[in-house]
Amino acid sequence: MCRLALKTANEPFSPYTVLTAMEAMKEGYDGSGLGILLRGMEFEDFKYNPKFPILSGIAHSEKAWHRLDDFMESRGYDLKYDHKFAMRRDLIESKDRFRYFVRAYRMPDHFSDSTQEAKDEELMLTRLALRKDGEEHGDDLTVYSFWPDVTVIKEVGWPLQVGDILSLHDGQIKSRVCMAQGRQNTNYGINLYACHPFFLQGIATMTNGENTAFVPIRDWLLGKDFPGYMGYQSDSEVFAHILHYTLKKLNLPLQAYKHIITPLSTKELAAHPQGEFLMGLRSVCRRLIIDGPNTVIGTLPDETCLLVMDQKKMRPATVGGRPGEWAIASEMCGVDAMIPDRDPSLDFQPMREHTIIVPPDRKELTIWSQYDPYPLPQAA
Amino acid sequence: MVSVRPVSVTPGSLTYSDIPWIIEHREDRCTLCGHCTSVCPKNSIYLAHRRQRMPKLDIANKNRGNEYRTFTGIRQKTTMANACIGCGMCSMVCPNEAIGPVPNTNEHRSLFFHNQKGEPRKRGGRRNAPGPTLLDRILFDRISMLTDPALDAGRHEFNVTTTLGRVLAPEEFLKRTVSGGWIPPTREIFPFVIGSMSFGALSPNMWLGLLQGVAYCNEILGIPVVMCTGEGGCPPWVLRSKYLKYLVLQIASGYFGWDEIIRAIPEMQCDPAAIEIKYGQGAKPGDGGLLMWFKVSKMIARLRGVPEGVDLPSPPVHQTLYSIEESVMKMIQTLSMAFNHKVPVYPKISASTSSKSVLNNLVRNPYAGGLVIDGIDGGTGAAYNVSMDATGHPIASNVRECYLDLVAQGKQNEIPIFAAGGIGKNGNVAQNGMALIMLGASGVHIGKYVMQAAAGCLGSEKNRCNVCNVGICPKGITSQNPKLYRRLDPDLVAERVADIILSIQTEAKKIMAPLGRSQSLPIGMSDALGINDKDAADRLQIKYVC
Repeated sequence: MCRLALKTANEPFSPYTVLTAMEAMKEGYDGSGLGILLRGMEFEDFKYNPKFPILSGIAHSEKAWHRLDDFMESRGYDLKYDHKFAMRRDLIESKDRFRYFVRAYRMPDHFSDSTQEAKDEELMLTRLALRKDGEEHGDDLTVYSFWPDVTVIKEVGWPLQVGDILSLHDGQIKSRVCMAQGRQNTNYGINLYACHPFFLQGIATMTNGENTAFVPIRDWLLGKDFPGYMGYQSDSEVFAHILHYTLKKLNLPLQAYKHIITPLSTKELAAHPQGEFLMGLRSVCRRLIIDGPNTVIGTLPDETCLLVMDQKKMRPATVGGRPGEWAIASEMCGVDAMIPDRDPSLDFQPMREHTIIVPPDRKELTIWSQYDPYPLPQAA
Repeated sequence: MVSVRPVSVTPGSLTYSDIPWIIEHREDRCTLCGHCTSVCPKNSIYLAHRRQRMPKLDIANKNRGNEYRTFTGIRQKTTMANACIGCGMCSMVCPNEAIGPVPNTNEHRSLFFHNQKGEPRKRGGRRNAPGPTLLDRILFDRISMLTDPALDAGRHEFNVTTTLGRVLAPEEFLKRTVSGGWIPPTREIFPFVIGSMSFGALSPNMWLGLLQGVAYCNEILGIPVVMCTGEGGCPPWVLRSKYLKYLVLQIASGYFGWDEIIRAIPEMQCDPAAIEIKYGQGAKPGDGGLLMWFKVSKMIARLRGVPEGVDLPSPPVHQTLYSIEESVMKMIQTLSMAFNHKVPVYPKISASTSSKSVLNNLVRNPYAGGLVIDGIDGGTGAAYNVSMDATGHPIASNVRECYLDLVAQGKQNEIPIFAAGGIGKNGNVAQNGMALIMLGASGVHIGKYVMQAAAGCLGSEKNRCNVCNVGICPKGITSQNPKLYRRLDPDLVAERVADIILSIQTEAKKIMAPLGRSQSLPIGMSDALGINDKDAADRLQIKYVC
């Protein structure tokens, strides 16, 4: 089982904070990998404009590195910042890591008048084109994200060691939201892309557990013919894509996510104020019902953070903190490590019907229950 | 001395060792009560007085002579009309275990004489192909227990229901919710549907016993089982009762029973579960329904609006059929409209290489509520033997192909496919059904299995009994003769229906739990399936395991 940690704070903090939480929870996982997503970026040596999309990933060879450069240039992207990690190469297990990159670009000029959708699509297609390019060249280029204000790092190895490789403790790179997961996906083969968090157009989730309904969900998402619904090296990647589908394709509020992945039973819906609508939603989104034990932790482009449980609450999770600073982790000791000076008696462990939402203002948690009336802006 | 020929031998003469079933009678146990001869549905056996010569040699007196013993024994008739069918009723009623049929292991010659008077063999039952089916060989091999906490089939909550009816794409559903548009009706049902067996094919006691069992499952056990009427309507009181909601009304090419149904519409207390339009049947593809004259009793004649005692062969196609597009579209739309667009309407076809084209046609028909595909192993009340044994397509690959076709279009949630034909043929009903569900079916229809399990139907794929067509069912399941169907207690049938459904539900949970599935039926979860046959694995796109 993997361990998950997320911290969100008004003041940018070092991702190392979250790695210490991973270390605190080390008894629970095999430390086979680390995936980390930062949002709300701050660089020590660069005044970052949060409009600039950041490309993050690994170039495994110099050739790939040059190809990446050429590709971005030919597509009209203007490099504004190229973050250089202070590397401890002696700690790297794999020998083919030429360059870990975090690069901020200015979008091509002709996108200045484009709609947000067009820009979002362009960013996704650029990322996918680079990913494809890497796959066509013997996996020599791995691209995790290309999105404003977001950085993703994934690497094989013990989380703290990965942090040391990239000197994440040096304060060069900070963020307001940081989510991390420790352990490579081992159900469907080791692959850098298979590590959580999964990312699509600003939406990211990570999960501990196993999504036993993976194959039917994957088949359905692939049938949507949306270029971003791809990959699926991990059974948990569909959680991110379902959240993307809920918010961006169906334009439903965040609360709908829980109703889609773990709908209430017919009996429960019969007593629900919007039971009829939700029963219809359950039926049309039936192929997106997840199964198995899962804690899903996610973040959205506006820095909202969320936590939902599987329908049987078969995985633990705790959220704690104080106004301005919140931590979510799969173990209580993870929350302790990230915000030690909070009041732990106010910690909350969500049950099967809950969605925890930390809004962008981070003033207080929303504990939303599936039994609560469902917000219906579109379908009232 | 010229020998006496007591028996004439003609080209069509058969002896008891030519008949598929040989009656073994033990005279030392027989009490001559006559129960066996009176119960035999084929009049195959009779009491006979025999004389036996007992040679008597008195050597001392040099006398040679004979004594004669007479005895009464049970004998087997050897004419085709009276050939034993192996039903075993004689042994069931024998108080002394003195009699019973045994399968004839010879290559019995009766096979060449099934065409008396130029009429090829007709029978009931299903394809005579004994042995494990492909479905029996599928294993559920993706066990989650070691990677994650196991589910407990006995204690955890499981959702073992499926959706019947057209499901919109989520985007379209939201659009119509906002605009107040028509949302096609759906039903949450138990994925094992009691398949279409008509009131007529089944005796009144059997049919009503099934309905009683279905109602019990719904109202007492809380399991939303539905059953399909088959072609032939249903009793008028049922149409006007609250039980109608558990029934799928079938319309087939003979339209039998639909006068009553249409007349009852204004008086219906509730909507039926669905409407099934039968275009084909797995047991006899390309052939219409057939109720032979033996079974067209006064009651059946009244229900179907026909004279008594005439054959009722439904045409192979619907009279309106000009092209599949036109027929399917018009019929579905008409029937949907007849029930105010509040009842799912779906077609049933026989599995064939053309199933996909029907399916693709339905995908574009906004009123189509699903598709039932019936495979070659499906049962029937009456069909030509050649249709049953040799015509049709096995269900597994057909359903899989159709499902994958929907997957390619991203429509697999929109048109539910129900599979039928041979599910539970060897008793493994839950395993067979769940395998089909993981191959992509939304649910399955079971008919013959229900007859066998709920009413003790004696038919088998070794060609036992299988006389459903001629109304002499010795258990009273498929007979319209009150003397026969009174043998069947509807209450006991209902009890067995509840037993069957409860145990299927438990077994389904026992299959789902180790796979880590409990939230929704594992439709299309093909990663959980394996088979020890490389060719079948390739064809079904599942794992080859050995």
